[in-house]
Amino acid sequence: MLSMHNISKVFRTDLVQTHALRDFSLEVAAGEFVAVTGPSGSGKTTFLNIAGLLENFDGGSYRLDGVDVAGLSDSALARLRNEKIGFIFQSFNLIPDLNLFDNVDVPLRYRGFSAAERKQRIEEALEKVGLGARMKHLPSQLSGGQQQRAAIARALAGSPRFLLADEPTGNLDSLMARQVMELLEQLHEEGTTIVMVTHDAELARRAPRNIHVLDGAVSDLHVVGTPSLRAATV
Amino acid sequence: MFAYYLRLSLASLRRHPALSALMVLAIAIGIGVCMTTLTVHTLMSSDPIPWKSDKLFAVRLDSWGPDRPWEEPNEPPPELNWRDATALMASDIPPRHAAMFKSMFTVQNEDPGFAPYMVEARITHKDFFALFDTPFLHGGGWGDSADKNLEQVVVLGKVANDKLFGGENSVGRTIRLDEREFKVVGVLADWQPVPKFYDVNNGNFDAAEDIYLPWGTAQPFQLRTAGNTNGWKPENIDSFDAFLNSESVWIQFWAELPDTETKARYQAFLDAYVGEQKKLGRFPRPLNNRLSDVNQFMSERHVVGDDNRVLVGLSFLFLAVCLINMVGLLLAKFLGKAPELALRRALGASQWQIVQLNLVEVGLVGLLGGVLGLGLAYGGLEAVKTLYASNDGNDVRLYALNLPLALQAMAIALAASLLAGLYPALKVGRLAPAGLLKTQ
Ligand SMILES: Nc1ncnc2c1ncn2[C@@H]1O[C@H](COP(=O)(O)OP(=O)(O)OP(=O)(O)O)[C@@H](O)[C@H]1O
Ligand SMILES: [Mg+2]
Repeated sequence: MLSMHNISKVFRTDLVQTHALRDFSLEVAAGEFVAVTGPSGSGKTTFLNIAGLLENFDGGSYRLDGVDVAGLSDSALARLRNEKIGFIFQSFNLIPDLNLFDNVDVPLRYRGFSAAERKQRIEEALEKVGLGARMKHLPSQLSGGQQQRAAIARALAGSPRFLLADEPTGNLDSLMARQVMELLEQLHEEGTTIVMVTHDAELARRAPRNIHVLDGAVSDLHVVGTPSLRAATV
Repeated sequence: MFAYYLRLSLASLRRHPALSALMVLAIAIGIGVCMTTLTVHTLMSSDPIPWKSDKLFAVRLDSWGPDRPWEEPNEPPPELNWRDATALMASDIPPRHAAMFKSMFTVQNEDPGFAPYMVEARITHKDFFALFDTPFLHGGGWGDSADKNLEQVVVLGKVANDKLFGGENSVGRTIRLDEREFKVVGVLADWQPVPKFYDVNNGNFDAAEDIYLPWGTAQPFQLRTAGNTNGWKPENIDSFDAFLNSESVWIQFWAELPDTETKARYQAFLDAYVGEQKKLGRFPRPLNNRLSDVNQFMSERHVVGDDNRVLVGLSFLFLAVCLINMVGLLLAKFLGKAPELALRRALGASQWQIVQLNLVEVGLVGLLGGVLGLGLAYGGLEAVKTLYASNDGNDVRLYALNLPLALQAMAIALAASLLAGLYPALKVGRLAPAGLLKTQ
């Protein structure tokens, strides 16, 4: 599903160069659920952005679902993003003056579905996250957990095969975090490939596969919940 | 997708009403000023009689003095004197021709209780009406004999007929001009060529005269011109006949010349006439007789002043200033929306789709600005009208918006706003989404 080889990414500002990723290599097979942990600034978000085609990279190669993404045009990348990838962000990123229905509608619009199909998909997605009765609500009228569930509905409405989540529970209390995690686990069981960045070691342990990122590279592919990992993710 | 963009744009404009209003206002003021000057200019420079303007010729003879031309570099005077006008009327080369001048009378109807008022009149030949295709409501013009002998008949303009006879068919009734009785033979429908091309010596955009008298009345009644009289020669003018025999020019002269062959023959006739007169010691200047069709004449006589063109140019500069303002406002607006746009990119919008969305919003601002601008232009034209039209008798239609101009205004508003929006739309469309998403 995802295949990265020796990816490097350098951020250059006037004064400093930051090697956000160096020789970052990772294979994620279709249907996997991977939790990514690592200290702040280690490059987790950078990896996720590159995986989600939101950021380009300086070296290495990346194949998404068999497609080499290097050299694709902006509109080809946009289409790939739209069809294959669902994003879930820490701060939900719902559009404040669109109601839930219209928020979930956004990726479907760019997909070019008919009005009838969009309506059906939006309703199904919102039902699935338990917000079927709140379609006309604005994001501000919902709790944080409900907002994140709406964001998940938006991510899965286009039935992408690949979900990327950057600290999806970071802004939620533990009860709501658990609900979101259960939702992700359900999606995983239905066959979606999920890569989730988290600072929460307990949540990470619930994922079948954990990877640890340190200084812009994958440091340990196998460790699950060791004391050293817990220390690193405080 | 367009409907979706339109809906989002409307919501986006509503989200920041003050900023949106400012942008709409920027466009509207620019458009309002441009349309005000452009409307006046377009109407001023329009062809007043398009169906035959290339067959109607202003006739000018260079009867001016030996020392300098009437106007540099070598313009003949724009009008004729009585003697030459009379001589030219003897030609049968033009199928229609007429000499003419403007005069003033106090006018009264048959009712002794009617308060007399001043009216502008045109003394001319019978061909005047056919020459310029004036529309008649009732009756018609006068016959040949009224041009040669005294016949007390008149044609009324629509306004005069309304005032004197309440708009009834007044053919056969009588009016009094300076205490002399005249019989009405015809009544014109509303007829107001803009510019008033046949006499641009006495107000290029004045309304047409309201009463027409036959040429045959001029000499017996010693009718004086109420327009300009110009002369170069020191002459002793102590009587009306001396005035008619002088070199003073004050008569406009128009001829219809249907084809180049007729025009060439008429030019030869004019040159031969002046040649004869030179032998009599008149026409001291080199041969310089001019036949100018309506549009040539309008440009040679500078009917639309350079100041008017400068004004139009200035108003478009002003629009440009408004647009530069708008670029700044749009940039602020789009940068404010950047996180949402970045999110749309993440969810599958391409850069081009973001640019399209932005341009729809800009176009909407432009159209709203255009509509408001038309309102402002309407107000501006009303203001110009009250300022100028009333006191120098300009035709009020100079200050009226019309449909083509309104459409033009909308097109300019749309194009201008898209121009202003292009840079902000592209700039924001190209921002990398990753960085913006983090800041939300
Ligand atoms: N746009 C940018 N410009 C400059 N430097 C950047 C940029 N984005 C990230 N970096 C740098 O790259 C490195 C990796 O950042 P990244 O956001 O991937 O870390 P992270 O692992 O997600 O951290 P956190 O757990 O705090 O979210 C950091 O040193 C960061 O300062
Ligand atoms: Mg991060």
